[in-house]
Amino acid sequence: MTLDDFLHQESEWLKGTGPRSNIVMSSRTRLARNLEGLPYSHWADKKQLETILDSVRGAMDSVSFLKGSMFFRMKDLSDIDKVFLVERHLMSPEHTRSGEYKALIVDPKEIVSIMVNEEDHLRIQVLQSGFNIKETWRIIDEIDTALSKKLSFAYSPKWGYLTACPTNVGTGLRGSIMLHLPALVFTAQIERVLGATAKLGLNIRGFYGEGTEASGNLFQISNQVSMGRTEDDIIDNLERIIDQIVSREDSSRNTLISKNKEALTDRIWRAYGTLKSAHIITSRETVALLSAIRLGVDLGVFKDLNREMVTELFISTQPAHLQKLSGKILTAEERDVKRADLIREKLK
Amino acid sequence: MLCEICGKKEATVHLTEVINEQMRKLNLCEDCAREKGAEMEEHFGLSDLLAGLADLGATVKPEAAVTIKCPKCGFSYSDFKKIGRLGCSECYEVFKKQLTPILKRIHSADRHVGKVPIQVGKTVKGVKDLQDLRLQMEKAIQSEEFEEAARIRDKMKELEKKNPESRDKK
Ligand SMILES: [Zn+2]
Ligand SMILES: [Zn+2]
Repeated sequence: MTLDDFLHQESEWLKGTGPRSNIVMSSRTRLARNLEGLPYSHWADKKQLETILDSVRGAMDSVSFLKGSMFFRMKDLSDIDKVFLVERHLMSPEHTRSGEYKALIVDPKEIVSIMVNEEDHLRIQVLQSGFNIKETWRIIDEIDTALSKKLSFAYSPKWGYLTACPTNVGTGLRGSIMLHLPALVFTAQIERVLGATAKLGLNIRGFYGEGTEASGNLFQISNQVSMGRTEDDIIDNLERIIDQIVSREDSSRNTLISKNKEALTDRIWRAYGTLKSAHIITSRETVALLSAIRLGVDLGVFKDLNREMVTELFISTQPAHLQKLSGKILTAEERDVKRADLIREKLK
Repeated sequence: MLCEICGKKEATVHLTEVINEQMRKLNLCEDCAREKGAEMEEHFGLSDLLAGLADLGATVKPEAAVTIKCPKCGFSYSDFKKIGRLGCSECYEVFKKQLTPILKRIHSADRHVGKVPIQVGKTVKGVKDLQDLRLQMEKAIQSEEFEEAARIRDKMKELEKKNPESRDKK
């Protein structure tokens, strides 16, 4: 299997399945781990960085979830390939920079990935479709335990797992959930809901940059605190709060349908009309319109569109995906044309 | 310059946010920066922000703290203030005094209560058991139950044999 195979497969988390997948796009956990006795990656010398790479690579085989996984050195990948991996949520934008000693491990289903020599020696990630945060924790816990039989992780009984940045120390755990909240945005409740969520100690950010509607109504919510609570507590707390936001979105959708059905349907069909006929389209406009279409699918407006295909379009209309599909580098203008072509083709 | 969020206090923390390849400068007061910090962490390193916190948190005189260096990796506290990251795991112990208030502020807690790695787990549990036994033994001696105290002492010896590492880490 190679990187290019990803282009033609749907990652597990794009399936649009799992609990509450009408509102919850994906659930993800990540663990920050460092090898004992070696400086953090930013402070390590070349030899130490190579040692870290070798140690992690050597420990891969002991993890059943990593069977058949690929190991990429960032220096061997083109710029487009690196951004492609970011667009697929398999690594951070940070990991594309100065990649001489950085690597990425990805399993063939794109559920598990491990960034090596990012901010921490290891950043393990598990990604699933729908509201499955507990399951992602169960998997990542097992991977971490398997790895710890081969690798000695830096740990102190007082501070817990030690990390390059003190914001991650303790459990090293961050759970994040990506939510699609169009009804809360349309009904102008979003600011209040997000404000309350922030007060409960969670981080929120729009997924595609600032502003609400321009961001495709996608929000990523994650825990802020990593020390002083058990992993189960962190996950439970996140789950409980997300559950309430999901119910809020649900009831807002019902209100919209009962009170503003025509306006809502009009908006959804217009989005469909634009996507189906545009010949030039920016990614900003695409994301906003896809959000409306996805809501339409959730509400049963469309008979022959499925959630999986719409979700996949969010990913495949991004710049690096378009360029890999075309097999060449495209200017921004060329991408807007290619993007419109791809969408028309899919909606045919 | 005034803080861009509250518009009231002086902006002392300057952050650069990168969203969709667009750079944006943010000038915030310390209070707003702390609130904003968590949500921004995903976008970029927390270094600037932590630098602000490092000043707030330090109870020792800044000049004194700045010159402290980790003997293991050579990282100094002023390096931490500059980049917001530590040099190695040993740094946590070396900069303990400075880090404690910072960690408290970030996590509202001062110790880890979660998962323990397997290898370490053995030792940590051993140490804890030993500490418990030592307490029990002291109590027994205080209440003049010397036979009981002797029994506990034997148990401790046995445990130390099984778990040699635990002896060094009282
Ligand atoms: Zn302010
Ligand atoms: Zn150090």
